[in-house]
Amino acid sequence: MQDAEARSLGRIARLRAGNDVLDSFLSTPRVVIAAAVALLMILTAVLAPLIAPHDPFDMAAISLLDSELPPAFLEGGDARFLLGTDSQGRDVFSAILHGLRISLMVGVVAVLLSMALGVTVGLVSGYFGGFVDSVLMRLADVILSFPTILIALLVNGILRGVLPSTQATATAVLVLVLSIAVNEWVQYARTVRGSTMVEKGKEYVKAARLTGLPPRTILRRHVLPNILSPVLVLATINLALAILTEATLSFLGVGMPPTQPSLGTLINTGNEFLFSGIWWVVVFPALTLVVLVLSVNIVGDWLRDALNPHLR
Amino acid sequence: MIFLLRRLAQGALVMLVVALVAFLMFRFMGDPVRGMLREDATLQEQQELRDRLGLDRPLVVQFAKFVGGALQGEFGVSWRNQQPVMELILDRLPATIELVVVAMIIALLLGVPLGVWSALNRHRPQASLLQTVSLIGISTPTFVTGILLILVFAVILGWLPSFGRGETVEIGFWRTGYLTASGWKALILPACTLALYQLALFMRLVRAEMLDVMRQDFVRFARARGLPTRLVRFRHALRNALMPLVTIAGMQVGSLIAFAIVTETVFQWPGMGFLFLQAVQFVDIPVMAAYLVFIGFIFVVLNIAVDVLYTLIDPRLRTGGAGAGR
Repeated sequence: MQDAEARSLGRIARLRAGNDVLDSFLSTPRVVIAAAVALLMILTAVLAPLIAPHDPFDMAAISLLDSELPPAFLEGGDARFLLGTDSQGRDVFSAILHGLRISLMVGVVAVLLSMALGVTVGLVSGYFGGFVDSVLMRLADVILSFPTILIALLVNGILRGVLPSTQATATAVLVLVLSIAVNEWVQYARTVRGSTMVEKGKEYVKAARLTGLPPRTILRRHVLPNILSPVLVLATINLALAILTEATLSFLGVGMPPTQPSLGTLINTGNEFLFSGIWWVVVFPALTLVVLVLSVNIVGDWLRDALNPHLR
Repeated sequence: MIFLLRRLAQGALVMLVVALVAFLMFRFMGDPVRGMLREDATLQEQQELRDRLGLDRPLVVQFAKFVGGALQGEFGVSWRNQQPVMELILDRLPATIELVVVAMIIALLLGVPLGVWSALNRHRPQASLLQTVSLIGISTPTFVTGILLILVFAVILGWLPSFGRGETVEIGFWRTGYLTASGWKALILPACTLALYQLALFMRLVRAEMLDVMRQDFVRFARARGLPTRLVRFRHALRNALMPLVTIAGMQVGSLIAFAIVTETVFQWPGMGFLFLQAVQFVDIPVMAAYLVFIGFIFVVLNIAVDVLYTLIDPRLRTGGAGAGR
């Protein structure tokens, strides 16, 4: 009876907290717009093969006769190609949709991997402490003191030296994901380690330990659910960062190959034609990338403030 | 003093780790012998080189030799164009340093005043507009900024060159672009590209710090004492708000050197970053290893310098006998 009461009280408190977050969300139009844009982009990315008017990878459907057409709303544009075509006659709009899909996929996979790795390291490090903890945290210090792009390029170079057939799409994705994850796990590990050390001293963890639960269960069932909100914030902000890093690597020619272009690859290939005046092959993918990163960043910024009780 | 020694020891440790990574790359990625000899080298030639490099000796000895060589600036020969690696790096160093210095000056000269202004006038619509613009600045990747600048100022308007350093003058080993008009013209676009992200970052940071400091008691008391607003704002608040900037700006010099990889590629600027990227593309391990050690060294030195500078500026951090500074 008492138990049920306590549970329903807890539920009300959670609902109230959820309501606060929802209120703050709805009262900031900038964030609502950004979230809508981000969701729309994610949706188009997922549905890209269905939505895209052309298949940019189907060589048979591409005609050189259609090459270098300006966007449909400009003079000389063709209604079939909303944002114009590239030097080989590919539809820029369709290429962007598919590129967005690849960029988001790499970003999401990189975030999930670094989150899994970082949270595990953080939990173990914070709960057990000792030698493992200090080694892992020194390693984190070293990684944090170097810029993301430098470490990503370095890991990228090493992996491309070690792995065979770097032209294969799967290898390219793997290399990109690892290059990004090597940087990003550190932030999760540090945050989670800090919160775990705090939670460790609380009554409920002590109680769980007294009932004889193994550390693995305590960490997963009791500690983890209580430290998730900063992880969520980090994941959002890191998604933006991962997409940026992927785009930069692809732009530098060490990311996705031109046969499976991400937004960065599209900008890279388009860049070569900048001086021949076909600006639309660069500008539209670039704008898509900026809008995507910006909207994710705005949501992440807001989430950080909304979930941080100190700032309320 | 003890603080300094401890920081130096930490720095040495980081350098050792970096050197170890570089060494492992050098030793185990591909066959160093294959990379350094011609395709048609005989087995005997290969064995001779193997002996000369000491590849058969224990790893610890090899690592010691690598560190010894690194201390003397000896990193072997580039696999790609057979030049000594250190020569390549030193040849490209001035271009990168000149680019980074100008970018840093632009970012600080614009970022700090804009940050202060938007903190002091935070209720004006222009200030929130500035915040949004700075968020766009942070969300725009460096290469996109570079390409858009090239599109506008080189392709459409034709005012500025889009690649290279222009004419350079050699002073000793330092090849500078600062002394010619075409050198400066070539510098404008890459420097602005590199500066933009930092500018947005500095602006946001200074604004946040300034707002934070303005809320603190000593500023309220200064106001309550009837000091003129100008004095409170610039003598009391700004001085304290700028402290974290010293740390961030120092660290950002390092990131600028790293971000220069991207900017240099967009503008085909013949600096170290461009060199490194080519090394990554061609898996040219000696160049990658040397660049890693070189950059690691710059980072460690910057980190220590920033920490020391910080204790000099902020009297609260001085430990032992120094007393209250002011």
